[in-house]
Amino acid sequence: MDILYLVFQQTMFFSIPLLIVALGGVFTERSGVTNIALDGMMIMGAFTSIFFINQMEDTMSGQLLLILAIIIATVTGMVFSLLHAYASINLKSDQIISGTALNMFAPAAAIFIARMIQENGVQQINFNNTFRIPSVPVLGDIPVIGGLFFKNAYITTYLGFAILIISVIVLYKTRFGLRLRACGEHPHAADSVGINVYKMRYAGVMISGAMAGLGGLVFVIPTSTNFNATVSGYGFLALAVMIFGQWKPLRVLFAALFFGLMKTIAAAYSVIPLLATSNIPSDIYKMVPFIATLIVLAFSSKSSQAPRAVAVPYDKGSR
Amino acid sequence: MNRIKSLLLSDAFNNAYSSIFSILVGLLFGLIVLLFSNPSEAANGFLIILKGGFSTGAKGMGQVLYFATPLILTGLSVGFAFKTGLFNIGAPGQFIMGAFAAVFIGVKWTFLPAPWHWIAALIGAALIGGLWALIPGILKAYLNVHEVIATIMMNYIGMYMANYLIKLYIYDSQKGLSMNVAGSAVLPKGGLDYVFYNLLGSTKDMSTVNAGIWIAIAVAIIMYIILNKTTFGYELKACGFNKDASKYAGINEKRNIVMSMVFAGMLAGLGGGLLYLSGANGRRINVVDVLASEGFNGIPVALLGLSNPIGIIFSAIFISYITQGGYYLQTLDFVPEVIDIIIACIIYFSAFSLFFRKLLPRFIKYRKDRQEAKAASLQATVDETSVPASEAAATDAKEERGEE
Repeated sequence: MDILYLVFQQTMFFSIPLLIVALGGVFTERSGVTNIALDGMMIMGAFTSIFFINQMEDTMSGQLLLILAIIIATVTGMVFSLLHAYASINLKSDQIISGTALNMFAPAAAIFIARMIQENGVQQINFNNTFRIPSVPVLGDIPVIGGLFFKNAYITTYLGFAILIISVIVLYKTRFGLRLRACGEHPHAADSVGINVYKMRYAGVMISGAMAGLGGLVFVIPTSTNFNATVSGYGFLALAVMIFGQWKPLRVLFAALFFGLMKTIAAAYSVIPLLATSNIPSDIYKMVPFIATLIVLAFSSKSSQAPRAVAVPYDKGSR
Repeated sequence: MNRIKSLLLSDAFNNAYSSIFSILVGLLFGLIVLLFSNPSEAANGFLIILKGGFSTGAKGMGQVLYFATPLILTGLSVGFAFKTGLFNIGAPGQFIMGAFAAVFIGVKWTFLPAPWHWIAALIGAALIGGLWALIPGILKAYLNVHEVIATIMMNYIGMYMANYLIKLYIYDSQKGLSMNVAGSAVLPKGGLDYVFYNLLGSTKDMSTVNAGIWIAIAVAIIMYIILNKTTFGYELKACGFNKDASKYAGINEKRNIVMSMVFAGMLAGLGGGLLYLSGANGRRINVVDVLASEGFNGIPVALLGLSNPIGIIFSAIFISYITQGGYYLQTLDFVPEVIDIIIACIIYFSAFSLFFRKLLPRFIKYRKDRQEAKAASLQATVDETSVPASEAAATDAKEERGEE
């Protein structure tokens, strides 16, 4: 039973960042801009916020520090995403190439700045993990559910679920969400009824940037004790999660949980009794999430429900 | 004068402008980064970047060509896929699997004599690279999986697979690298040993460059011929321009998608082979969980070369040149990642190169129009030239759409 709890908690650590970033991806793609720079935005968000934690942990600790870091990560991601928005919306450039540029820029900048600023010139940024909640008061004592959801938890887990609920409401129950989706399906029709397509697309990209930045922090905190200018391809996995989730928030949740479980198997196979005794080397386990992604995509892409105008720059003059 | 103008208006020149513009902006950005990080040494640091491989004389230039070799191949891989309407971001995976295949054959198949050994290793590298791209190709053509996602997944699978296979078969566990290949599998020098060395007293300090660069250039020329002079290349390009139209014209577009992915993968795999079959002082595969940067750098190489195989040769040498400059930057306590920042900046600007590509011809045309208008207005003060300008913009926009 302890192992079940452990696997479940680990799955949460891996799934929640995927969920947050993939939901960000839903917003940008629904507005009609594809954003493969999610990975780079995660790196930038994680970089600034972890660096902030590294600098401030002498003066404060615990949840307050984490909340400040969350705000910093979100703002960083949003600002960084403006580069992608400007290139792909105003200048109508190839969105994949602009995203690739940002993906290349982010780790280089993170390493460069870290090595320039830190006294010893190393690129890892260390931090003390003072954010884990061993057991949530009252709720943690509930049998089974307490063990699954309210022990060894981070506030980021609950934040992830909150973002999911907010996303569903914003996308399907508000005027903004309807307009955003219209811009991704048929921007000319949206424009003809007076919606500012450029503005909506900026909103979509900036929301995705904010959520990717946050996702970067959420990924690093529970799984590591330092930040080394990488989020191990999580931004790309999040894209796959988004496609597997067919651009719908609730399906994205299940996709994220599935990949989180795969990732947990890859990371924690040595404590799972059945897998620990089999003599499969760690490299093979590390491949599992990616192979699973490919197989799942092969089955789910045939009837893809991608937003129709995604990755097509909006040009008022074209027909 | 008119001849110069028509040359300036020609496509090749326009394309070169946008690349050169991106490079200049990238370098400028690099200078700003250096100024921010250490103002007193920034000028020296920037000079080192510009001096690139020349910092260590002839040997340094040899190293530039040695590291340009895999970049030409991965650049061709990405560029070829671009031409056929696909974005092959999977060059790192194809590259590292090709590298493994080449080194594996180079270490194990010692029964082969000298030229056949390295030829077999290179063929093996290309085949495995092609295989690694075949899977995303099939997924794209028949199951509608976006090739960007599929090739990214194949990158990670390839990286872990190569690490696993190297540790299993050809691991030098003391150094954490792959084993040295047998002497018969090392690429010959191809005459380059007479040029690229530094004299250390009476001994020659040799550069690692070898016939790989000749092979890379030859492959680039072959790709140019295939793309521009054969029916096969024409069909592939037609699919890239408009999938539906080429299907209507009787081209098997599914088969073409698979074929061009496999071709792209073979090129990247061959690049892996060429880099690692280089003897004692050359590179060996480092067993770490990091995607091969040679693969990713194929993207800026292809973009700067505008997917033209001949342009790719030059852009690969350029990228290799400033990357070498980045290593020498460390003597001034700068961090070599500034080069990656510059390259990222170059890609970012070349992403909207189309935008800039239209600027200069439009300017020349605008001036020409105005001169003609002046001449015309002298004869009769009727027409003004605002109409042609907006028409030109409209046709430009049409061309842009056509190219996608």
